[in-house]
Amino acid sequence: MALTGDDGATIFALSTAGLPSAIAIIRLSGPLSGAALEALAGRTFEPRRASLALLRAPDTGEAVDRALVLWFPGPATATGENMAEFHIHGSRAVAAKMLELLDNLPGLRAAEAGEFTRRAFLNGRMDLSEAEGLGDLLAAETESQRRHALAMAEGGLARQIADWREQLLAAEARLEATLNFSDEGDVEEGDERFALDAARHVHSEILKILESPPAERIRDGIRVALAGPPNAGKSTLFNALVAREAAIVSPTAGTTRDVIEAPVDIGGFAFVFSDTAGLRDSGDAVEDEGVQRALRTSQQADILLWLGEPADAPEGSHVVILHPRSDTPDRVAKPEAAALAVSAKTGEGMDALLSLLLERAESMVPREDQLALNQRQRGALRDAASVLETATVGDWILLVETVRRSRAALDVLSGQGGVEDMLDALFGRFCIGK
Amino acid sequence: MSENRTNECYDVIVVGGGHAGCEAAAAAARVGARTALVSMRRDMIGAMSCNPAIGGLGKGHLVREVDAFDGVIGRASDAAAIHYRMLNRSKGAAVRGPRIQADRELYRAAIQEMLAAEPMLDIVEAEATALDLSADGATVRGLVVGGSRLLHAKSLVLATGTFLGAKLHFGMENHAGGRVGERAATAMAEQLRSANLPMARLKTGTPPRLDGRTIDWAALEMQLSDAECWTMAARTAQRQNPEVFCAITRTNTRTHDIIRKSLDRSPLFSGEIQGEGPRYCPSIEDKIHRFGDRDGHQIFLEPEGLDDPNIYPNGISTSMPADVQLEFLRTIEGLEKVEIAQLGYAVEYDYVDPRILGHDLGVRTLRGLYLAGQINGTTGYEEAAAQGLVSGINAARFAMDMPAVKFDREDSYIGVMIDDLVLQGVTEPYRMLTARAEYRLRLRADNAMTRLSGAAQAWNCLGEEQQALVHRRAAQLDRARDAIAQRVTAEHAEASGIVVGQHRETRALEEWLKLPGASVAALKSAIPDCADLDDDVLSEVLEDVRYAPYLERQATEIARMSSDENIRIPASLRYATIPGLSKEMVERLEAARPGTLGEAGRIPGITPAALAAMLVHTRRRAA
Repeated sequence: MALTGDDGATIFALSTAGLPSAIAIIRLSGPLSGAALEALAGRTFEPRRASLALLRAPDTGEAVDRALVLWFPGPATATGENMAEFHIHGSRAVAAKMLELLDNLPGLRAAEAGEFTRRAFLNGRMDLSEAEGLGDLLAAETESQRRHALAMAEGGLARQIADWREQLLAAEARLEATLNFSDEGDVEEGDERFALDAARHVHSEILKILESPPAERIRDGIRVALAGPPNAGKSTLFNALVAREAAIVSPTAGTTRDVIEAPVDIGGFAFVFSDTAGLRDSGDAVEDEGVQRALRTSQQADILLWLGEPADAPEGSHVVILHPRSDTPDRVAKPEAAALAVSAKTGEGMDALLSLLLERAESMVPREDQLALNQRQRGALRDAASVLETATVGDWILLVETVRRSRAALDVLSGQGGVEDMLDALFGRFCIGK
Repeated sequence: MSENRTNECYDVIVVGGGHAGCEAAAAAARVGARTALVSMRRDMIGAMSCNPAIGGLGKGHLVREVDAFDGVIGRASDAAAIHYRMLNRSKGAAVRGPRIQADRELYRAAIQEMLAAEPMLDIVEAEATALDLSADGATVRGLVVGGSRLLHAKSLVLATGTFLGAKLHFGMENHAGGRVGERAATAMAEQLRSANLPMARLKTGTPPRLDGRTIDWAALEMQLSDAECWTMAARTAQRQNPEVFCAITRTNTRTHDIIRKSLDRSPLFSGEIQGEGPRYCPSIEDKIHRFGDRDGHQIFLEPEGLDDPNIYPNGISTSMPADVQLEFLRTIEGLEKVEIAQLGYAVEYDYVDPRILGHDLGVRTLRGLYLAGQINGTTGYEEAAAQGLVSGINAARFAMDMPAVKFDREDSYIGVMIDDLVLQGVTEPYRMLTARAEYRLRLRADNAMTRLSGAAQAWNCLGEEQQALVHRRAAQLDRARDAIAQRVTAEHAEASGIVVGQHRETRALEEWLKLPGASVAALKSAIPDCADLDDDVLSEVLEDVRYAPYLERQATEIARMSSDENIRIPASLRYATIPGLSKEMVERLEAARPGTLGEAGRIPGITPAALAAMLVHTRRRAA
């Protein structure tokens, strides 16, 4: 666990994304949060109540903004420390001035990425799976990311894990009751198939959840690669899609020698578009390296927009064949195999392309009622599943060890566990004791 | 043995002649300390105050482990055994539990004989009335017995069982007393309370003893002793007594009705008893109250001795009044005309929160004072004996200026129990269960000697006879392991009784032994030059082969865990100053004072976040 680096400073950060905006929120956490609030607003505030305050620079007395402020004394706060919030007007100038003033206050510093969450975790305000959900929430830049992160923080995953744990615990308790008390209680001897059934059931449920699309797609964006031969118009289309001059466009073949990436929000989904080098054998070392990277990017893409001849297109369900530069006067008609004719210049087909991307995106990220799992959570579930897979009847002790180890893998996610949980389940269900 | 010496000076004094005290005194003496065992009644040393059985699941493991240190419980069990049962025979070697029924008189005699044979051990028949402490109250100097006689000692083991502040309940009547017919140790309890040791109450119970001559045995299902010839102690050459049978009967709805209508006359339900009782050893009134839907509960009728008509009805511990006990007993099949020889009763007693102890069972704040057995909140002869061993060895080493020794969780059930006690404390009487051990595939009853004889030798715990046995067995194990490493053909394996299936290649015998059909007989047939080896040696090797893949994985886990075990927590750490720890966590950490981050993680309620906060804090302090 990388949990070191907490220096006890009071930290602050602009916690709303994107300026300018109507409102921007600056959060503070740490022992000096209250002092900082007083330094800027000139007075103290009632806990947990929004108040209007005129914020002034402490040194010059110059007015900065009229803002809503909140004071949250610890430890019953999100981070477990004293916290404060400034809800300021979302202009770049005001936000920049506020951050500068806070930075000049002694004992305050800008927060590192995820530091609020880390403090909350360190102060025991959330368990690991909640901490990860909240971490994603704080980093969320789009609406659908926010909704997923919220479900996670509220314990969607925690509830599902609790359910699996309960099933495994029940099987484990019954096995242990027989192993430990068969000679001295009202414990059915029977066979151990019930535990195998429970193990298989939870195993198949975990596999089902593991099949759902990963959370990283929501958080990091759906990867769309543009590929094709040189001069197919990839960079032009790329610039139209990301609506800025990110890639250098020139009529000389081989201009894009590296992979250029741009994150874009389309209809609430995060996309990352990559413009790749044209695929050709150039003899130019730099360009060849670019081509290699292009190939790798194309392979890793969730959606590959192919701008070349349909016959040369890579195989795969993620490939969408386009007929680009449809505005070019002597251009041939759209081939049968191409999904769309597009022109970045005239805008022809661009709306259709965007809808196509959105449609694909919807099937690629977890639905809002599905659990979005990040890599660590997937890893732990895969561990549990691979242990459960080995469950067999024949030796009770091996079976109960299997169930116990799989439960331990789930415990990693919920932070609970231990033999006492099992004993509670055991003594609650069975009448034991001579 | 002698009494009333003019200058009574010992290295170690052990107070209490129960299973913890006897094992502690014998261990201290074996290690080489001049030892005195103080007991109120010499003739009651080694008495079995409850169930006349030793061993069982988890408990049998403890007996074998104590035996590996040349302790007394295993050999005394064999000397007294009149009925043998290997529990879980069909469920895997790691959870098989050897259990015997003992003749009480034979058991007591065997223990007393073994203690008498220890040259370094004196028995002192007297009531321990006070600890003699240094002026600052921080170091043990000796023990006052009988109110005025002072025995000097460098260390002291308290193994007073239920006798501290004990109160017996017979129905709604109660009086002070440690065991029926014996006094409680009230003066000592008062001193311990005033020494600020954290104490609380627990409860336990015992069933009425029945006159076996009034039981209709013919009507009941019999349970015979195991036919095999295994024994509890490794040194016991063969079974020594005639074997008797037990019988099984059940309570019924009429029994339950009688108990239910009299619940208001049970001290358990009237609120008279405050102490927490064990969930795994509930009284019959508790069973009926908590599992009301059941129409019957099993009772095992266990003879208390060869020449003793008393029968122990296992499963109906009770503290109901006398008339209710007799009335409900007579509703039970086979017991229609039964007479009670001794009423069942509950006992409430003081225990000391074991979290004040280190892993050596020494009180952290009182140098030279060790606690063992029920005083630490445990239940059971075997749990008591195991703690007696640990406290005896460490009290002796303390007296002789040698460093304390620790039993690890990954090596023994003893280590699991001590670690649980000193880190987690108890909320009910603590009983050993195999489920408490993370590494139980390693911790088998059949390999206790292999696991522990190295430590036993290093700590100087073994007498000559045991020493010789350890060498002999180690040599046999070496031969057996060499033999199974040899490569043999499929035909050879098949001829020995192993189901080789499609395999036709030549491979190491240990590979063949992972297939169905592997048994001690097959092993003997496969390696004729090892036919002289003991069956239990071959059986141990066979089980090692069987669990090998799991043992390897556990070894990796242990290695990973040990990284947290290596992060030391300074003894001076003030948990209250660590941001983020809840008040409850601080209390638990202060109570147990874990020595390492790994130990802290085993304290209930200590979250990974809390561990991280502790780690961060200690790192920051160090910086």
